[in-house]
Amino acid sequence: MGHTGTTTVKRGLAQMLKGGVIMDVVTPEQASVAQEAGAVAVMALERIPADIRADGGVARMSDLGLVQRIMDAVTIPVMAKARIGHLAEAQCLEALGVDYIDESEVLTPADDKYHIDKHKFSVPFVCGARDIGEALRRISEGAAMIRSKGEAGSGNIVEAVRHMRAIRGAIAELHALPEEELVARARDIGASLDLVRDVARDASLPVVLFCAGGVSTPADAALMMQLGAEGIFVGSGIFKAAAIYRNGKPEYDDNGFPKVDPEIALRYARAIVAATTHFEDPKAVVEASKSLGGAKPMYGIDVRQLDESQLLSTRGN
Amino acid sequence: MSEPAIGVLALQGDVDEHVRALERSGARAFPVKTRASLAASDALVVPGGESTTVIRLLDRFELGDPIVERVRGGMPFWGTCMGMIVAARDVAGMDQKTLGLLDISVRRNAFGRQIASEEVELHIEALGTPAFPAVFIRAPWIESAGPGVEILASHRGHGVFVRQGRVLGTSFHPELTADDRVHRYFVGMVNAARSG
Repeated sequence: MGHTGTTTVKRGLAQMLKGGVIMDVVTPEQASVAQEAGAVAVMALERIPADIRADGGVARMSDLGLVQRIMDAVTIPVMAKARIGHLAEAQCLEALGVDYIDESEVLTPADDKYHIDKHKFSVPFVCGARDIGEALRRISEGAAMIRSKGEAGSGNIVEAVRHMRAIRGAIAELHALPEEELVARARDIGASLDLVRDVARDASLPVVLFCAGGVSTPADAALMMQLGAEGIFVGSGIFKAAAIYRNGKPEYDDNGFPKVDPEIALRYARAIVAATTHFEDPKAVVEASKSLGGAKPMYGIDVRQLDESQLLSTRGN
Repeated sequence: MSEPAIGVLALQGDVDEHVRALERSGARAFPVKTRASLAASDALVVPGGESTTVIRLLDRFELGDPIVERVRGGMPFWGTCMGMIVAARDVAGMDQKTLGLLDISVRRNAFGRQIASEEVELHIEALGTPAFPAVFIRAPWIESAGPGVEILASHRGHGVFVRQGRVLGTSFHPELTADDRVHRYFVGMVNAARSG
């Protein structure tokens, strides 16, 4: 009697998340903190990006039992990350019933050539992009939501700014181009002409565009919303700021997860939500920043000092 | 009569979609994030979004009580999906705070998680033919309703479109379609309230 898994319902859930903050979580306890703070969804992953960056090795889909416990712990939508091209991980997440899958460059790619054919799934997908061509290629593959890639786990907003400006700038440019130039432009950016025409006509992507990759303060969130993000993903920015250290080294709990101070995490998460809601009101961002009570943002790294092999944003294209 | 000024609560959710549909339907529409913009509204729409989140933000930004006060004073109100949950008397099986503007108990994610989200041709007597293209996304249904509540449409045996006086609730998202009949119905309610 009804039609499930349609483009409208897949893109529609992302539309319901607009203006909100989606928070990376590793454990059910972190998911509860995120929900309490006002997150619109949580993203389940094996390790937060800053830890993936520090630890190295292969980063995979989360333990499925843990994803289930996160789903049981909260009433907001639960997203989970699958490796680029790893259609079996995505099938598992769909069978488990997660609400959105992030085919993510933050995990180690499983396929160095192809992304997942996302049209084959009923569950919607979000994918990262650095520019308009990459965004439209992911949409052609069936992505129902796009996020900037930024440079995950860096604590540095510069790459997210670069990607958001590139995407928004290209949309404005396509909208201004004469019709006869669109074919050549579609060829140059490696995107379908139909999608390029849609973007040129509507002056927007056909799906919701969020920011991800490097948001670590309330002002970062307000900046990205002003640059045209429709919402914010925070990866390491919250739980890395709340990580507990001893002698400069992170502490781990009995299950091997980094220990976090839930009070600081809650305060941090709330402040980023408030700055996202009231991004155009500097007084509200001041209030949000003051509410951190001196809690320090995560350590940030200068992306220019990273080797090519340490960059996450160049994975997938 | 001039166009009614309809605010769309903009703490989070699909605000732009409602603003555009209301403007196509003969209203002037704008986002509401503050008490000042609420005061400038003849009516309020609470869009689709996450009810857990918006209930908390209404509290934090002190907008819940002013909304309740305005609706008790006769301001027309329409909640879609999240907005209907926020407006309900209570949420079945959950200890979730609500504004209590509609005498209904709602069940959240009643049809299932995102995989069960669906598009349905819904028969709505008040809108006539053809059937309405209803988009349900992690949608709630109406578990029970008080005697003053009129059920305008049902799906899978449960109410999904209700009216109680000047308060409207839909489980589905008319703002995600090009069919503006529910928006025009609401603008009609707002105009009637202004002239009455």
